[in-house]
Amino acid sequence: MNVVGTGRGPTIRFRVAVTAGRLAAEVSRRLGCGGGSVIGGRVAHRLCPDVLTRLAAGRTSVLVTGTNGKTTTSHLVAAALRDRGPVAHNASGSNMLDGAVGALMATPRSRLCVLEVDELHLGPVLDAVRPAVLVLLNLSRDQLDRVSEVRQTARTVESVLARHPDTVVVANADDPLVVSAAGSSPHVVWVAAGAGWEADTRTCPTCGHQVSRRTNGLRAVSWWCDHCGLHRPCPAWWWTPADEPGGFVVHHRDVAAVTVVSGLPGRVNRSNTTIALAAADAVGTDPASAAPHVARVRSVAGRYDRVAWEDRLVRSVLVKNPAGWGEALDVLAGARPVLLVVNAREADGRDVSWLWDLPVDVLRGRVVAVAGERAADLGVRLSYAGIPHHSHPDPLVALAALPAGEVDAVANYTAFRDLRRSLAGPARPRRPGGGTGHPRPAPEVPPPGPPGPAEPAGPDSGRRRCAPTVP
Amino acid sequence: MRAHGSVAIAVLLPDVLGTYSDAGNAVVLAQRLRWRGVAAEIVDVTAGTVPPTGCDLYVIGGGEDTAEYVAADWLARHDGLRTALAERAVSLAVCAGLQIFGRVMTDRAGVEHAGLGLLDLVSSPGARRTVGESVSVSTLPGVGRVTGFHNHGGVTLLGPDALPFAHTERGPGNHPGTRVEGAVSRPTADAATGPGIVATYLHGPVLARNPALADHLLARALGAPLPPLDPDRLPDMAALRATYLG
Repeated sequence: MNVVGTGRGPTIRFRVAVTAGRLAAEVSRRLGCGGGSVIGGRVAHRLCPDVLTRLAAGRTSVLVTGTNGKTTTSHLVAAALRDRGPVAHNASGSNMLDGAVGALMATPRSRLCVLEVDELHLGPVLDAVRPAVLVLLNLSRDQLDRVSEVRQTARTVESVLARHPDTVVVANADDPLVVSAAGSSPHVVWVAAGAGWEADTRTCPTCGHQVSRRTNGLRAVSWWCDHCGLHRPCPAWWWTPADEPGGFVVHHRDVAAVTVVSGLPGRVNRSNTTIALAAADAVGTDPASAAPHVARVRSVAGRYDRVAWEDRLVRSVLVKNPAGWGEALDVLAGARPVLLVVNAREADGRDVSWLWDLPVDVLRGRVVAVAGERAADLGVRLSYAGIPHHSHPDPLVALAALPAGEVDAVANYTAFRDLRRSLAGPARPRRPGGGTGHPRPAPEVPPPGPPGPAEPAGPDSGRRRCAPTVP
Repeated sequence: MRAHGSVAIAVLLPDVLGTYSDAGNAVVLAQRLRWRGVAAEIVDVTAGTVPPTGCDLYVIGGGEDTAEYVAADWLARHDGLRTALAERAVSLAVCAGLQIFGRVMTDRAGVEHAGLGLLDLVSSPGARRTVGESVSVSTLPGVGRVTGFHNHGGVTLLGPDALPFAHTERGPGNHPGTRVEGAVSRPTADAATGPGIVATYLHGPVLARNPALADHLLARALGAPLPPLDPDRLPDMAALRATYLG
């Protein structure tokens, strides 16, 4: 690429790169090849290797990373900041370097920028953007066939953060892997954001010895390692339930509590919202004024949307790994029929062993259908757990086996994309046969209901008396 | 079998070696017994406890490198357990479990970590990580073709006192230079009955994908073959086997 001669200086190179990138994005959009931000970003980056540094210069940026909740939380942060003017945001979830470049090119005059960043691509993006705030949500096993082991990811995040001592890290105090990665940073704002998934931190991420936990009966409210001393830090932010439906109260130890009526379901999204308000606060936005904007986020890139299909109303939830499934099953808590769709393509992770780590007991008593390219693996797993189910590789055939009315659908990455596409398409005749049948009828009586809400959070009485907890 | 007639299945260190969901192997074993009217209990043996030495079956799974050495140290401190594994019980060791049951594990820094020495095999870092689906044919009677997922950084070579668990048909095995999958502790001619160790790199979990292997282990633990299982118990199994073996 010799369009820009090296002697003409970086400014011209930068301008040409951005122009070419925008053009590429526009062409891609017109050809119907998607939003174009990735290809545009790739072109600009190829022409000007420091294009992201230049695009981010002078903006106040918040980066959001972690294994689960990046897209949702970045939407919440962007909503929280929108009162202050336009916000550059990779809203579609293009979360590697090219996607960040594309988002900043698309909103050139914004002073504010919110970028979700893949946890494995954090280094180059953080080095270029130099954000005011980095949000670190959680770290857990994800696509073990593609990504190396999660402790290695935590060490990489830690070494990246060491290069950016001025960045404020808003981090989840309940996840030992997060604490091991962020704990050495000079400016950390700890949030009690919960950790429903403990299988990756039964041993200490720092020294490998056993982690001790104290629970409130359902969830850990404190944790520590007796061997090396790693422990749950004191959170500055936490949330508690409120009386109104969908409502909860976000607390900070020095600021007045803020009531939020969330547009998103489940405990995990209350935690995501709390983290978003903490991040907004860290860049000078008053949480009380941000709360109404955050509450208006009701669907995030298709997640939590309700779609009518034949005589069913399907709410679909995307999950990508076992920790996400655990959270989704909480989001979906109820007696509605449920459709589970699992693929195992490269983007999903080729190995579905993790199905055996899912808390499938919450499905007991519900009418269940399994689908996707790995429907049989999931079906075998449910049979061994004694949970009757319908199965068919085609999600629409499996869905047709469920009763009319509201249905919860949980799907992993490519399965979620394909399911939404199928649901949006014309209704097809049901294909009988081909599935594995259903030897025992699903129970017709609804179960007594989901596990009740956790008891309200009490003050932590773990090692240090300071820590409010996720209810 | 225990005095009260229940078969005890121990999961060794699920808190340390839980990365690859291999604890599902114990669920498969227990349920296949219960479906045949045999009582079964699963005992999670975590690092904070003293391990029981009288269980009928022991399963141990895969984990990350640090966890693997912590697990090996812990197991080496419990002589009674080692004796049970060597002489009395039927055991399934997967991935890190296979390496720990061997003689030596060499890490990336070249440091040698002692294994339990229950299997004559040695493991060392591979040139690259081994990842992918594998199909092989078991040397154990009645087990047939086995499917599973490899995901490990180490490679393993068997010594003369260990025999292959299977020979690979496609996909990876213990070592890029061989077609050997896993290891068994006894000559296969005797392996249809009695105690012993079956070790493999296969995840899935391996017993979820290979019911004949589960029944082989159960028959050895009970000292008698089990009656066949009603196929309606696992309506998806044919499709699962076709997915990976077709």
